[in-house]
Amino acid sequence: MTQADRTPVTVLVPTGMLGAGLQRGHIRYGIASGAHVIAADSGSTDSGPSYLARGVSKMNRESIKRDLEILMDEAFKAKIPILIGTCGTSGTDSGVDWTRDIAIEVARNLGITPKIACLYSEQAPPDLVSKNRQGKITPLPPMGPVTDEVLESCEHIVALMGPEPYIAALQAGADIVLGGRTTDTAVLAAVPLLMGAGAGPAWHAAKIAECGGQCTVNPRTGGVLMRVGKDAFEIEPLDLDNQCSPESVSAHMLYESSDPYRLTEPGGVLDVTQADYRRLTPRVTRVTGSRWEPMPYTMKLEGARGGNFQTIMIIGIEDPEVLAHLNEFHDTLQRVLTDRIKTTFGDEASFFDLSLRLYGWNGTSGRPVPANTPPPRDVGVMLVITAPTQDLANRMAKACNPYFFHMPLRPGIELPSYAFPFTPAEIPRGQVYEFLLNHVVHTKDGLELVRTNWTDLSDASRKVLENV
Amino acid sequence: MSKVGEVCRHIRSKNAGPFWVTIDLFFRNEELYRRYRDTLALGPEVIERLYGTDPDLVKRLPVDALRMVKISFPRAKPQGWMGERDMHAGQHYARLLDVEIG
Repeated sequence: MTQADRTPVTVLVPTGMLGAGLQRGHIRYGIASGAHVIAADSGSTDSGPSYLARGVSKMNRESIKRDLEILMDEAFKAKIPILIGTCGTSGTDSGVDWTRDIAIEVARNLGITPKIACLYSEQAPPDLVSKNRQGKITPLPPMGPVTDEVLESCEHIVALMGPEPYIAALQAGADIVLGGRTTDTAVLAAVPLLMGAGAGPAWHAAKIAECGGQCTVNPRTGGVLMRVGKDAFEIEPLDLDNQCSPESVSAHMLYESSDPYRLTEPGGVLDVTQADYRRLTPRVTRVTGSRWEPMPYTMKLEGARGGNFQTIMIIGIEDPEVLAHLNEFHDTLQRVLTDRIKTTFGDEASFFDLSLRLYGWNGTSGRPVPANTPPPRDVGVMLVITAPTQDLANRMAKACNPYFFHMPLRPGIELPSYAFPFTPAEIPRGQVYEFLLNHVVHTKDGLELVRTNWTDLSDASRKVLENV
Repeated sequence: MSKVGEVCRHIRSKNAGPFWVTIDLFFRNEELYRRYRDTLALGPEVIERLYGTDPDLVKRLPVDALRMVKISFPRAKPQGWMGERDMHAGQHYARLLDVEIG
């Protein structure tokens, strides 16, 4: 008989994103409610390809440290493990190591000696080239097959882990597991699967809880508890004034997913077509009918690289004549600045891009504005110049400077000066990064492409004592 | 003639991974949901015109229990390309509001 036959497996999901901030009282409530594990995600591709291409965290160190301090302190007292997925935003090896170093510092400050397992799923491009040649990398829409050149050009490639490496680390005695890139759901489903909960409820509960409080009525107030049994799961907010309603829970299946019924995960598909959401208490929703269909094991790949560089300049305009003719102004300015760059730089301007964004008019979408739209009171114009080097983008912006700040709407008008807020006016923005992969790699299981390293702080403290 | 923004109580858009956008349209009531769930006014051609996507890849998934329709489609360019204006696609829904839905 497994744990899940007797009582549900309880997972405390403190937040949708480690470092977003959490309240100690919520964590204590979850532990007092019988949590078997604390599990959270620490990453995402939402913020764009820059973090993966550079292997750098979006979240600042202090925010991660503060959340880890609370979680590690409470989990250590309660003797339950902590699982963190996709460390360092993109889950590169460097992101795992960065998070591990913060965890070690926190452990020392708290005077505790956890055994930390680090799971690495970053892939060396040559290994993937070899997989590709064996036909083991296949595209997901809208992409086509990947070439060796694209794989080799990525600065970092990560494979999304399933729950298996977390389960293996826990079985080997880990107190804290810090994972590289992992599906949000796998981190949360790992302990229920390990302790014998139903696979359908485990994965479905994890999908619902992946963004912490997002599945609650008041998403800004703390995380959730998921209680997973054989055939059902329950979801409860950590905040006593918050609720998980059937609608707030079921609506989360829609969030950020292109298909609300079927979700592909490493080793299978979660199907919630038949799921039934019922209110159990005013704060708790119970879900039945979730199904898991095992499939041959695949891991999704994410890869990114840096490309061109950008320099931006910004002006504000309140001149009523310009505001009454914004489309004409945009088109003239685009032409004047493009000509200026071509005549000034000659062959050096063989590749560049010049984009004008009129905020307050159509800057957000760049789409045509309907006829008869009244003029705004104020627009902000951002000029974005893209070129192969930062230096060239900067020089092109400088060449545009007098025209961008002083171009009259029509010839013969006295030279205007538009409002520019900074000096120097040109702002080197840095590199443009791009995602290159939307593919899966077929593996023999969930462990083949994953490496585990251990940091046992109790060993370290023994060694320190021996050296005294 | 009603507009999308008038028959929905809530509309939102969001990136679904780096290559897809998903738009959720929550209708005001059961009657409006039933009337517009399958309307051609929200068909692949309209999504192509507004978002420059391949119409053959547009997915449309109604969720009866929530009286909502989800429309998912590939971004014309991957998230974060040099001309990016909306990294999360969080404002993409706005251009749907004035579409006449019949």
